[in-house]
Amino acid sequence: MLSLLILVPLAGLLLLNLPFTPAMKRTAWAFAFTVALAQVAMVLVAPAAAWSQQGFLAQYFSFGLEAKDLTRVLLLAIGIVMATTLMVGRSMITDDRQQFNFVNLLLVSIIGMNGVVLVTDLFSLYVFLEVTSVSSFILIAFNRDLGGLEGAFKYLILSAVATVLMLTGVALLMLVAGGTSFETVAAAMKTSGGITISQMAVGAFVCGLFIKGGLVPFHGWLPDAYSSAPAPVSILLAGIVTKVSGIYALVRLATSVFPASGAMNEVLMVVGAASIIVGALAALGQHDLKRMLAYSSISQMGYIVLGLGCGTPLGIVGAVFHLFNHAIFKTLLFVNSAAIEQRTGTTDMNRMGGLGSRMPVTGVTSTIAALSTAGVPPLAGFWSKLIIVIALWQAHDYGFAGIAVLMSVVTLAYLLLMQRRIFFGKTSPEHAGVREAAAGVVVPELVLAALTVAVGLLFPWVLNTFMLPVGGIFH
Amino acid sequence: MAGTDTMDTMLDILLVWLLVGAAMATVMTPRILWSVIGLAVTSAVLTILMFRFDSPLAAVFELSVCAGLIPAIFISTISLTQRLSPEGMAERRREKWRRFGLLPVLVILVGVALMQVHIPLDFVAPPAAKETDVRNVLWHVRHIDLVGQIAILLGGAWGVVVLLKERKRAA
Repeated sequence: MLSLLILVPLAGLLLLNLPFTPAMKRTAWAFAFTVALAQVAMVLVAPAAAWSQQGFLAQYFSFGLEAKDLTRVLLLAIGIVMATTLMVGRSMITDDRQQFNFVNLLLVSIIGMNGVVLVTDLFSLYVFLEVTSVSSFILIAFNRDLGGLEGAFKYLILSAVATVLMLTGVALLMLVAGGTSFETVAAAMKTSGGITISQMAVGAFVCGLFIKGGLVPFHGWLPDAYSSAPAPVSILLAGIVTKVSGIYALVRLATSVFPASGAMNEVLMVVGAASIIVGALAALGQHDLKRMLAYSSISQMGYIVLGLGCGTPLGIVGAVFHLFNHAIFKTLLFVNSAAIEQRTGTTDMNRMGGLGSRMPVTGVTSTIAALSTAGVPPLAGFWSKLIIVIALWQAHDYGFAGIAVLMSVVTLAYLLLMQRRIFFGKTSPEHAGVREAAAGVVVPELVLAALTVAVGLLFPWVLNTFMLPVGGIFH
Repeated sequence: MAGTDTMDTMLDILLVWLLVGAAMATVMTPRILWSVIGLAVTSAVLTILMFRFDSPLAAVFELSVCAGLIPAIFISTISLTQRLSPEGMAERRREKWRRFGLLPVLVILVGVALMQVHIPLDFVAPPAAKETDVRNVLWHVRHIDLVGQIAILLGGAWGVVVLLKERKRAA
């Protein structure tokens, strides 16, 4: 059953491009949308047996996949963000041929991301990270404009550096462990985790993941890539790609493959805190909406890494919960940005104002997402940040807890500033005729806003059903 | 016997020097065709090293793909382009020197620095896998990676369609 999450998009990709089936090309969007929704449904309703590798396909495909609780949270987020990206893409990419290309690249991306969260081998993880990256490079440059090409080029170069680091790490770990499966490496780390070459390997691999995740000081590519990519691609990148490529892989490896060590946790907490501070302060000074949201993403991913670095089960629960919440509310903020770009033709906040009355749905949903990002109760972001702060406090990391709280105030400041500049005040004459975004953009806005509120209000159920098992699986 | 070991070590060191030299030439040469040839030579030398280090499967892939297929594709593409004018070539040469003139010095400095670093190999390496049947490796041992490689190839194909074919049509 797990193999289907990779094989169905792959088979669809091949079938849609057979030369003798032009009629099937018209069904490409519907197929990809169904795949995304089926993935969401599978996570929510599939019985436990569906998550094993038993069954008819297992006779032919021995992929060695595994779906733990953490994996299911990520698969759910991938499905939601992918469905959102497809809806916004359909609304914003009007040319049929371009839309077909876009859907194909999204299918490659979903194969890559599902592979990253399901594999149980370091080298396979690297392969699927590359699958995700290849589709991302092309998607960023999709419009073939100078900004997009520059953003894609920067991402490509820094990804190449990450590749070298990760492959070096894999090679050294293979030398020590004699294999690259998570199980083999974890067993070898228990006996040889303290030796120099193991530490070098872990350091190289983790640095590669920091680059992929856009964490400070390896964040140089991220603002350019997010802000210069077409609007639907920004949703995909900010919503899920960097989380799966960098942050999820980091959580998975740091908790169940690489040995837990004080030094490693210290590094994670310092990188997390630096990302929170640099991202938040840089976001304050931006006037381009997408660039501001990109810096905000760096800051929020810092919270996830800070929770992870805490090293306690509660810290890990907080990190994974914030990872999921951030996927939802940051996707919503980028959908809001797409709606504004679609109607005003710009993302420059200096040229906006008074859009709240003309785009009420976008305005209200943007407020919900902004408040959730800043950690205002009772929205989803509040609970995940609270768990991270409590975990830090319990671990006696008072300084880092203080940074987390203080920077939430800065987050609230730049996001309220954003709301004021875009939705309040007088409407500029050039936007006098602006109206609410198309249904393809408004519907995802409403669904994601409802999810943000619902996760916040149903916090005890979400915590007990999805999140607490995540904290338990590693111990 | 000791003489043979010394000769082997000398040969490996010579090959590593050749590898670094070919890689630097690939980056520094102003002519793109020579860059491709430099890349092919780099891969060919790496292939020999892989054979010598008892990794025949990796060597075969390096030789066939990196030293064979990729340079062939590059050269096919270059054959479709126009040569630079003498003035353009002179400008390219100056630009290359500006960018990479200090690269040999940097490589030597990094080499000297690395020689000072002593990494203790205080562990017993497990025996390396001795699988030599490429079909078994690809289809049974690294099954999932094969699927990933197919996805990368499809992604690359769409890259060509989106970034090159469409652009040509628009022009």
